[in-house]
Amino acid sequence: MKKPTITRRKFLQSGTLTATAALALVTSGAGLKAQTWTLSTVELTKHEAATLLAACRQFYPHDGLGDLYYAVCVESLDGKAAADKGVSSTLKEGVKTLDGHFSMAFVDLSDGNQLEAIKAMDGTAFFGAVRGDIVVSLYNNPLVWRHFGYEGPSFDDGGYLDRGFDDIGWLRQN
Amino acid sequence: MAKFDLSDDSVVVVIGSGAGGGTLGNELAQKGVKVVCLEAGKRLDWQSDFVNDEWTMFGKTAWLDARTTSGDWRVAKDFSGLPAWICKTVGGSTLHWAGASLRIQEHEFAALSNYGAVDGANLMDWPLTLKDLEPYYDKAEDKMGVTRTNGIPGLPGNNNFKVMEAGAKRLGYKNVHSGRMAINSEARDGRASCLQLGFCFQGCRTGAKWSTLYTEVPKAEATGNYELRPEAHVLKVEHDKNGKVSGVLYADKNGAQHIQKARVVCVAGNSIESPRLLLNSASNMFSDGLGNSSGQVGRNYMRHMTGSVYATFDKPVNMHRGTTMAGIITDESRHDTSRGFVGGYEMETLSLGVPFMAAFLNPGAWGSEFAADMDEYNHMAGMWLVGEDMPRESNRITLNSDVKDQYGLPAPNVHFDDHDNDMAMRNHAFKQGSAVYEAAGATKTIETPPYPSTHNLGTNRMSAKASDGVVNKWGQSHDIDNLFVSDGSVFTTGASENPTLTIVTLAIRQADYIAEQMGKSNI
Ligand SMILES: Cc1cc2nc3c(=O)[nH]c(=O)nc-3n(C[C@H](O)[C@H](O)[C@H](O)COP(=O)(O)OP(=O)(O)OC[C@H]3O[C@@H](n4cnc5c(N)ncnc54)[C@H](O)[C@@H]3O)c2cc1C
Ligand code: SF4
Repeated sequence: MKKPTITRRKFLQSGTLTATAALALVTSGAGLKAQTWTLSTVELTKHEAATLLAACRQFYPHDGLGDLYYAVCVESLDGKAAADKGVSSTLKEGVKTLDGHFSMAFVDLSDGNQLEAIKAMDGTAFFGAVRGDIVVSLYNNPLVWRHFGYEGPSFDDGGYLDRGFDDIGWLRQN
Repeated sequence: MAKFDLSDDSVVVVIGSGAGGGTLGNELAQKGVKVVCLEAGKRLDWQSDFVNDEWTMFGKTAWLDARTTSGDWRVAKDFSGLPAWICKTVGGSTLHWAGASLRIQEHEFAALSNYGAVDGANLMDWPLTLKDLEPYYDKAEDKMGVTRTNGIPGLPGNNNFKVMEAGAKRLGYKNVHSGRMAINSEARDGRASCLQLGFCFQGCRTGAKWSTLYTEVPKAEATGNYELRPEAHVLKVEHDKNGKVSGVLYADKNGAQHIQKARVVCVAGNSIESPRLLLNSASNMFSDGLGNSSGQVGRNYMRHMTGSVYATFDKPVNMHRGTTMAGIITDESRHDTSRGFVGGYEMETLSLGVPFMAAFLNPGAWGSEFAADMDEYNHMAGMWLVGEDMPRESNRITLNSDVKDQYGLPAPNVHFDDHDNDMAMRNHAFKQGSAVYEAAGATKTIETPPYPSTHNLGTNRMSAKASDGVVNKWGQSHDIDNLFVSDGSVFTTGASENPTLTIVTLAIRQADYIAEQMGKSNI
């Protein structure tokens, strides 16, 4: 597994932390109080980032996952936007469309109305770009795995041979 | 390791180092035949390059060169640029394969005779029988260390298997076990025993699973008769004025092009690249491509009828713990048209980690229902359905001149339409798979559509008559004596079994034939 490049001490000194770095820290086992990270984007504005965060949660709504995990997805999208003007404009235009659906900011919409606004964009480049990116960036995350009970890499622990590969006890045999 | 000169025209060139090419090269080298194996992918070190991470290993090994798709199969919509999951690496797709190793059944070798002609399908009997292959199946099983053969015990059943087994027995299925797997259930052939890592699709980090990367290739190198050139991508097979193949043109890792001379050329690039290479090798003498007088190169592409069933339960299953595919129900692999289709299918355990599950459970899905299914991850069991699909002339690999690969060559287009028989079989398999889990107490079952094809077959089919196919029963081109095909593209029909054991079996048999023909100076 990747080792975080930033130590807890450094992080405490630096004050704020991107969601991505915060997650790396949590992964390493370092303690992290709530609110010590901010969603940090380079290419996307604060409003665009907040809109995408809400949209990400609509795409893959897991109540058990805090905003930090979705924020990592937005930072991943931001990275792509920063590297590619086409992606950037797709995302920015998409946010405008989401905001325009009920002539109200998407972030202020009710749950049901947010869903409707997103459904209306099914088939667009924006929809494909966001969904295709976050289905990887959200679920390819060791901390998210914990939520699903997926224990991930096992080689370093000797596999599952002595760690429950056949421990199921509730099956009726006939 | 030997080193051969580019101008050495006494060597056998093998293109690809996967199940077919890796095996063939080693078998030839063991007999003293000089072999140059050209492999497009890199050589990884299984002890340092393999990690237990789905996307990382996919990125390291998958064949991601340009490919296009067409036809009504759902893969064309869900994965339009990735019709198949094939590896580009030394060892080929044996890095990612799960190890399920089954013999094709006697009746399946004679599909046309036993099923009768099927409308819209190009069924044919293989030009060989199970009896012909039995001695070679024996050798292949021994080489690969297949469990439940050669006195090798079966793997212990993991949680995912136990759920399937309980449901299968309650449903009345009789043939349920932890599979015939090319995975060591005890240390064998210098390789360790399976530690139930659960990452069989990612390259086995213990080496317990057979892969040509760390079996056939190093054994071949140890003979002194074998040179492997990784990152050597073959662009064209060349021939002389007599119409015999004379060598191959390939690009090295820097893009520099070389011609390796050859006495014999064996193509083993898997069922998309092999026909593509023959088509891309068209010349004035062979204007439709090499070995294509029958017009069958690239046709009859098969990918097996596939699908998956996942089921959720009240209590945890933890299917990700342990071997990915060590579990099978074989009762449905019979030919019995009362079910509404010809041929049969196998049901095999399957588990994906969370990253792949998110991508494959229902490709393109999103929203609360999908998320709720994912929330059940550790309460899920899963199985893969794999059955015989119909060969069709119109399902084929063609050259797409609108899309070029990194060498400027036309990319392959993979066209596939599901045959009615495939759909009827899938429907039956979905029902039976769901019934298995319901019998085990499932709270919900989920029918998952096909993934990008892992079994790619049929595009250089074997036939008795030259006008019906591309190669004879030895995998030798009907048109050009010193041109061979040595991978799953030679399958005449698909059968219901996972194909690799048969690919290896045919390669062992082909090596005997090539060595004998060379000895007699026939080639
Ligand atoms: C995830 C997964 C699970 C699987 N599980 C099973 C299983 O349980 N049981 C089973 O029987 N099968 C399984 N398979 C299928 C199995 O991997 C293939 O059937 C088998 O590897 C095919 O052998 P092959 O020799 O035809 O091709 P490959 O093993 O794919 O090898 C082809 C090689 O040729 C190289 N190549 C291609 N074109 C060129 C070129 N132009 N120049 C140079 N080199 C080239 C490629 O890089 C590759 O290394 C699985 C496959 C996958 C992806
Ligand atoms: S479960 Fe066994 S075969 Fe699969 S990767 Fe692990 S050790 Fe290898």
